[in-house]
Amino acid sequence: MSNIKYILGSFGDPDEMLHGIEKLQENNISIYDVYTPMPIHGIEAKLGVKRSRLDVAAFFFGITGTITMLTGVYLATVVDWPVNIGGKTHFALPDFIPITFELTILFCAFGLVGSYYASTHLFPGRAPRVMDLRATDDRFIIAIDAKQNTEHEKIDELLKGAGALEVKHNERKYLSYE
Amino acid sequence: MSGHSESILREPLITGKDITYAQITKEILSPVENKPNKAWWIGFILALCGATLWVVSVGYTFWFGIGAWGLNKTVGWAWDITGFVWWVGIGHAGTLISAVLLLFRQNWRNSINRSAEAMTIFAVICAATYVVSHMGRPWLAYWVLPLPNQFGSLWVNFNSPLVWDMFAISTYFSVSLLFWYTGLLPDIATIRDRATGFRKKVYTVFSFGWTGSVKTWQRFEAVSLILAGISTPLVLSVHTIVSMDFATSVIPGWHTTIFPPYFVAGAIFSGFAMVLTLMLVVRKVLGLENYITMFHIESMNKIIILTGSIVGVAYLTEFFIAWYSGSQYEQYAFINRATGPYWWAYWMMMTCNVISPQLLWFKKVRLSITATWILSIVVNIGMWFERFVIIVTSLHRDYLPSSWTMFYPTWVDVGVFVGSIGVFFTLFLLFLRVLPSIAIAEVKMILKTASEQSKMKLIKEGSLDKEHVAEYVESLEKFDSVKQEEYAKI
Repeated sequence: MSNIKYILGSFGDPDEMLHGIEKLQENNISIYDVYTPMPIHGIEAKLGVKRSRLDVAAFFFGITGTITMLTGVYLATVVDWPVNIGGKTHFALPDFIPITFELTILFCAFGLVGSYYASTHLFPGRAPRVMDLRATDDRFIIAIDAKQNTEHEKIDELLKGAGALEVKHNERKYLSYE
Repeated sequence: MSGHSESILREPLITGKDITYAQITKEILSPVENKPNKAWWIGFILALCGATLWVVSVGYTFWFGIGAWGLNKTVGWAWDITGFVWWVGIGHAGTLISAVLLLFRQNWRNSINRSAEAMTIFAVICAATYVVSHMGRPWLAYWVLPLPNQFGSLWVNFNSPLVWDMFAISTYFSVSLLFWYTGLLPDIATIRDRATGFRKKVYTVFSFGWTGSVKTWQRFEAVSLILAGISTPLVLSVHTIVSMDFATSVIPGWHTTIFPPYFVAGAIFSGFAMVLTLMLVVRKVLGLENYITMFHIESMNKIIILTGSIVGVAYLTEFFIAWYSGSQYEQYAFINRATGPYWWAYWMMMTCNVISPQLLWFKKVRLSITATWILSIVVNIGMWFERFVIIVTSLHRDYLPSSWTMFYPTWVDVGVFVGSIGVFFTLFLLFLRVLPSIAIAEVKMILKTASEQSKMKLIKEGSLDKEHVAEYVESLEKFDSVKQEEYAKI
């Protein structure tokens, strides 16, 4: 039994990498993940990554901001300390539109980015789980779990055939950062 | 991304031959990964002197109070609010470039958005320091927050545009910061994976553990698009609310409904001018001619003509409406602006904002780096005068002629303003040293579709319309980073 944990196909061109994904999938080889230095459109459909629901979350965060501001202003200007300004209504809605709008945006943005960081496990100081250091520079990396897909030689051939510049057999999942 | 190429009729967004992904990383990161050159040090030391002046002037103001400024009982608002509005205005281009141009799918934003957003954040910081320092008792600055009334006397006045402004500026600053930082994550990860030792540790903390996996990128793009969608109305609302600080008052010359659109156009106008002032120097000193091309410069100049003309129309409309309103006070306010004791400020504003940007209609001017750079500075001088004219000339002729007076700034006024420019440049120069000045990932995205080399490849394949190719080659003439001989051969 070999100690290889992950096989990495390192491509120099995004189109060749997409071709590599197709080749692997035709041969029923499951792909663990793909690491790229930039977003590649169309890749998520191939890998079956579901559509993000962050937009729905953003909407609800925004609405929360709207309600918070309107409630807060109502409590301050009507319930807690009503001020008589020339007999005008205490709850002068048009005046509160700008601040309500601002708080809607504020809640929406912070809620959205917060959920994004939480859902993709991004936070300050997190140890980066990097498989190949060049994946943030100029290489497009396809990672394949070597324990699940045992035909290593065939995988190598498929990757090379698709145009991989390099194929690595890693015995550790992530590169050490020591 | 993959597959289709952009039409040959569009100008390239990245010039140069045989540009690779690795080369993009290396070129953009070279100021971050290497020791700074002499030009940077000279700039930094000058900026630091300015920042020191700022600390001294603001410290003096805090110690002795607002009396250190040249304000008097008639002109109670002058350079402080002029400086504030000027900086907030400048802070509009970044979000406009990153949000509005993203929604309109203008790919030329990719190579200028990062610095423009950084500039926005630093400009808003400068604006915020004005807000705090002109409060007189800055240690009570948190009283602008809606705190329960047991704490102070009453709740803040939610009907007041100054309170709206607090909400607008703080929302704008924090949302811009989020947008900017989220966009920076992949690029910080790039620096991290190339660095060693202590640098690596620092960039590891700030990269939030970014890896560039499929899901992260997919969510990243969704987040960028939604943030762009909410930042677009936000950026328009901020200067609208700033203009309401004036428009909801009853001072002749301020009490006009034209203010919101006119202020927003002016803000975009000055913001783009500041982007050009900075980027033309950055491009030259850091050798980024292949990424910030003549096409980018020309596009920004076109936006400056458009917004400058909107501002010009607004000035004329204001004047017309003052006459048409039949209100004596309004009419006097405007006649006094143009012909009164501050006539020179008014005509300075007119010349710099309305007349000189019209020179950009000439292609020669638009494509001259020197002319563009000078005009961008002229625009910013003009926009400072615009705020000065609106604020000081409206106030200095009070309702009672016995109160009529002039405003004379003290050295503290001048020190706070010049110092704030120093603070701005100090922050910007530090930014250039520690973070990439161009969004690396976003530039890589357009390499295969919209670069000169990809278009060259298409031409060489030979299946394109000859007329289209000729038109494209002709459009390349304006680029200072393209070698024409290459095309003569084909």
